[in-house]
Amino acid sequence: MKFKVNGHEVFASTGGRPFDKKKPLIIFVHGSGLTHMTWVLQTRYFAFHGYNSLAVDLPGHGLSSGKSLKSIEEMADWVSDVIVAVGHKEASLVGHSQGCLVTVECTSRYPKKIKTLSLMGGAGAIPMNPELLSLAENNDPKAVDLMMDWAHGPAGHFGGHPVPGLYHINTGTMLAKSRTIQNTLGVDFRACDNYKNGFEAAKKIKCPTLSILATDDKMCPVKEGKKLASLIDGSQVDIIDNCGHMMLLEEADRVLTVLKKFITTNYPPLSS
Amino acid sequence: MSDKKKELKPNTYKFDTLSLHAGYQPHKNAGSRQVPIYQTTSYLFDDVDHAAALFNLERGGHIYSRISNPTVGVLEERVASLEGGTAALATSSGMSAIFLTVMTLCEAGDHLVVSSQLYGGTVNLFRLTLPKFGIKCTFVKPRDTEGFKKAIQKNTKGIFGELVGNPGNEIMNMPEIAKIAHDAGIPLMVDATYQTPYLCKPFEHGADIVIHSLTKWMAGHGSSMAGILVEGGKFDWMQNDKFPTMTKPYEGYHGLSFAEEFGPTAFTMKARAEGMRDFGPCLSPQNAWNVLQGIETLSVRMKKHCSNAEEMVKYLSNHESVAWVSHPSVPDHPDHELAKKLLPNGRGSMIAFGIKGGKDAGVAFINNVKLASHLANVGDTRTLVIHPASGTHSQMDEATLKFAGLSHDMIRLSVGIEDIDDIKNDFEIGFRAARKPRLVSNQ
Repeated sequence: MKFKVNGHEVFASTGGRPFDKKKPLIIFVHGSGLTHMTWVLQTRYFAFHGYNSLAVDLPGHGLSSGKSLKSIEEMADWVSDVIVAVGHKEASLVGHSQGCLVTVECTSRYPKKIKTLSLMGGAGAIPMNPELLSLAENNDPKAVDLMMDWAHGPAGHFGGHPVPGLYHINTGTMLAKSRTIQNTLGVDFRACDNYKNGFEAAKKIKCPTLSILATDDKMCPVKEGKKLASLIDGSQVDIIDNCGHMMLLEEADRVLTVLKKFITTNYPPLSS
Repeated sequence: MSDKKKELKPNTYKFDTLSLHAGYQPHKNAGSRQVPIYQTTSYLFDDVDHAAALFNLERGGHIYSRISNPTVGVLEERVASLEGGTAALATSSGMSAIFLTVMTLCEAGDHLVVSSQLYGGTVNLFRLTLPKFGIKCTFVKPRDTEGFKKAIQKNTKGIFGELVGNPGNEIMNMPEIAKIAHDAGIPLMVDATYQTPYLCKPFEHGADIVIHSLTKWMAGHGSSMAGILVEGGKFDWMQNDKFPTMTKPYEGYHGLSFAEEFGPTAFTMKARAEGMRDFGPCLSPQNAWNVLQGIETLSVRMKKHCSNAEEMVKYLSNHESVAWVSHPSVPDHPDHELAKKLLPNGRGSMIAFGIKGGKDAGVAFINNVKLASHLANVGDTRTLVIHPASGTHSQMDEATLKFAGLSHDMIRLSVGIEDIDDIKNDFEIGFRAARKPRLVSNQ
């Protein structure tokens, strides 16, 4: 569906179901340089099971218009604005990678709006490799290739996508190259590198929180994810073996099973 | 020791490694080093909720082997990885892959622009069968790049061609034809069976959908029928209103918008969800496994196929019994320069040559070679020959032969990977026999 936030058109996938204001809202926030499509193996389930499932394209990404937002704080405010723009007062947030920084910051800023928080491959800070940052800011496609290399674990490099026939390294590459790299990945990487408030923001979070981490995650290693989770009261942690940073694709089924249990328990769906 | 900073390099697996490993994780398959053959029709559901989620594309997984199968899935991912594609869908043959591609793309009332130099079965599909479904085609000679542009109509939904035409070895100018297609907001579909991804990756030259008859060089051993369509993932289905079944809530699949939900894999998802459900040209897991065995040695075999082919081109070009030789490696081949650009790893192993003495000589040659196999296939590890005018195209009249780019003296040769001297010696036997009828008729 399309709607406007701050005068710019926003695209969000509703998981194949019409948006229904009576249903509780889950917002999925993608990682650096990517789009709503990274969530396809999570969003459709919730959309068909009593939720409004909204996988957004951040401004300037995917099918959303406008320019990419330059800071995690701006993105956090934007997510809050999305909740209002679609006619809701509250939501459950799910973030991946950079989306974790955004949703952590958003939850700390708007505690009354956010009912649960699910973090995948999250950390309190994501400092960027300077060379990778420079490549992305200079529109070099090698930045995407490096990101796809590091984002997939050793097992993920062989493929084995849960959806028959899909090769996720090439799919991720295509998503990240679908718009001008310096305007998406370059801006996002700089925003991640600049963001220093993650650990302080985490301390303010009081809603039920889940962290899904992966043993082979090079971009947000388990120890960093655990450090973040330890600052959030009552945070649950689930660790996936033989999996890299792209757990939402590499181990989509496991992620959905854990996410489903967590969200339906803490933020029940509208019963049919 | 140098203090120079090490340059960052992506360490994703390269072609030869992907040929052996892509799409398969042993630890998820009881540690089996070899890809298991999942010889089953169907798959247990955990519960009713799980079943509904699979049917509704909420989760990845298998339901019924007409739609997908784990062994076939490994093959699909492997070929997608080798082509640089986002997704692939394997079928029971190359022809079913082409049919499924067209039926996923088009509706009754649509039109396609098609290269005229194609495998005979493909010509029949486009010329005679698709019109029965309300899909019309305009044929354009593969070297007539501007002709493709002129043939595009308001209802044209795509351009289709073989990268190297069968049997005349004409090469489509893929980058230019891709630009024509994209300027018109339609995809370019390329049958790259003759090249395999080892010789050419059409997505790097603008193609949007790549099709293979896996029966040929990919499987390579003449044992199994199989086909595949591969999606490049760059084509923007939402750029215009030409593809409503891709972009709008589609009644044919519970109101799903494939382009919105699946983006760079939308075409493959629709081909599987709709096409395999409704037409069902599924590949057997045994044949998928056989093709996987072939792909494991693809680069090794293709090198040998190409080196043997280049040797045969030299041999034939200098042979007294040969009137002409057509192969993109020959300097006076009209597409020699284009071939260097599109086929940097080798020009393929299909050769067409004219035998002096015409049809009778061709028949005598074919009937007397012993090592080369006379049959209707290409891309086997073994050397294959056929004389189209007396065999596959014997029912054609002169005009039709000419339109198809065939002549009475043409021999089509698919060079195998035998010892090159043995192939040449076998051809000497054939050429000697081919000269005899002429000697008789001269007396």
